[in-house]
Amino acid sequence: MIEVRELTKSYGPTLAVNQVSFDAHAGEVVGFIGPNGAGKTTTMRILTCYLTADAGTATVAGYDVVENAIDVRKNVGYLPESAPLYADMGVVDYLKFMTEIREIPKSQRKERLRTVVDICGLEGVIQKDIGELSKGYRQRVGLAQSLIHDPPILILDEPTSGLDPSQTIEIRNLIKDIGREKLVLFSTHILPEVAATCDRILIISQGEIVANGTHDELISRIRSEDKLHVTIQGSEEAITPKLQELDGITKVSCVSSDNGIVKYEITTSQEGYYAAGDVYNVVVKNEWVLVELRQESVDLEQVFLHFTTGETSNITPAREVMRAEDATEEE
Amino acid sequence: MQNINAIFKKEFRSYFNSAIAYIFITFFLGITSWLFFRTFFISGQAEMRGFFGIMPWIYLFFIPAVTMKLWAEEKKIGTAEILMTLPIRDYEVVLGKFLASFGLLTVTAIFSFGIPISVMYLGNPDVGTIVCGYLGLLLMGGAYLAIGLFASTLTENQIVAFILGITTCFVLLIIGEDIVLFSSPDWLYPIFSYLGLGAHYSSILRGVIDSRDIIYYLTIIGFFLYLSTLSVESRKWR
Repeated sequence: MIEVRELTKSYGPTLAVNQVSFDAHAGEVVGFIGPNGAGKTTTMRILTCYLTADAGTATVAGYDVVENAIDVRKNVGYLPESAPLYADMGVVDYLKFMTEIREIPKSQRKERLRTVVDICGLEGVIQKDIGELSKGYRQRVGLAQSLIHDPPILILDEPTSGLDPSQTIEIRNLIKDIGREKLVLFSTHILPEVAATCDRILIISQGEIVANGTHDELISRIRSEDKLHVTIQGSEEAITPKLQELDGITKVSCVSSDNGIVKYEITTSQEGYYAAGDVYNVVVKNEWVLVELRQESVDLEQVFLHFTTGETSNITPAREVMRAEDATEEE
Repeated sequence: MQNINAIFKKEFRSYFNSAIAYIFITFFLGITSWLFFRTFFISGQAEMRGFFGIMPWIYLFFIPAVTMKLWAEEKKIGTAEILMTLPIRDYEVVLGKFLASFGLLTVTAIFSFGIPISVMYLGNPDVGTIVCGYLGLLLMGGAYLAIGLFASTLTENQIVAFILGITTCFVLLIIGEDIVLFSSPDWLYPIFSYLGLGAHYSSILRGVIDSRDIIYYLTIIGFFLYLSTLSVESRKWR
């Protein structure tokens, strides 16, 4: 539904988006993450026809963003960063205005209005002016606005910023729900959010897409060795040599040993869960007591740092990106 | 058309939701009535030439105040980003906003009917010239509005938009004034005297509706609305 090919856009001398290409399809929630000024907002603005790219093409819902801007906009619901709304308008007036301009037939306007008020939990504030609302409610009104015409594609720029934890969870669940049938492309700074909501992750840095894949794919891409944390009840002298004998285990280091409880950190070149199985079998065979066996997980934070700054040492990067430190704001 | 109407309604309502419309109407009527009636009884003439005569100068300050927020505020708050990603064309938004400000101007003109009614009550004015005067007022006001709207597209600061609007209107107004015309070179004289915002208005005030005057104002309005559209579109390429 969204096809982006070598999109490039610069603001004066600053290259904001550089040869960005990706695809996204219906039924997908795509998370767009990257450091400040990486080009997330610019890309979204190009996809919503607010800006025009210097080079490259993008089609949204089958329409070119330059040639058929109006058709693109009809198929997209867009919530810009920090939900800019008219403070002097009432919530209902604002949403009614949107139904008019979205050309929703008169007979369906009330129903659509009710639906989005329901979805976004706006019943309590419907009579108020937007200016009186808290940040969280404004964000919801912004979301309601983007959903009002039931668009097949939803583009949300940091939809959860400024929300309290319970609101954040609500919005995430909402995004997941919507993403079952539609395409949701959203940007965020909050990494757990991406892991929790997205089917696919795009990491953008310095205007370039540096990673594109599912959560697990990205994690396996940066992982070349695994670590196991093992705690065994027994004597260190007896256990250590047995562990070292195991296949694929490159390093066994004893972290602590007291009162017959020994803690190890094991480095393995195999996938962590194979090695864990072997460790378990050894423990059982020797009738020791296994107190803890845990595989150290690579989390998205490490993935993000890896792709955006090249940190996390022990890995061969798919692509060298070491310039995020001097990232410039995009506007 | 539906889109222009939706924008018009939103903007027009916004004038009345915020205090702008009430302040504008009250001050405008207060000041113009005062200026008019203060000499009206001395001259003892049942005519409204005094009222219409000062209008180019009153508009100079009032109209950019009406238009200054139309774009500057949208850009400042960021609402332009939602507005300009809705399935509407840029010119439709420009036109909708212009018509809303024109609507406010028309409402104000209607409220000022108290003046001609008092004049008619007190004497026997020439109704034809009064009708022409109001027509001229709306045409010239439209031109000021289009200029102010254009100024508002250029900046996200309302004060800057206000001052830019006043300056542009002021320049276009004084180039048609005698004092500028006499001191300008011969080859500029016809251009200046044609372009001056006030000259065509004065000729309408005389009670003669000449299509050239009407065309002049419509051209100015069209020209500045076109510039506004270009200016709004320019966000895409910057």
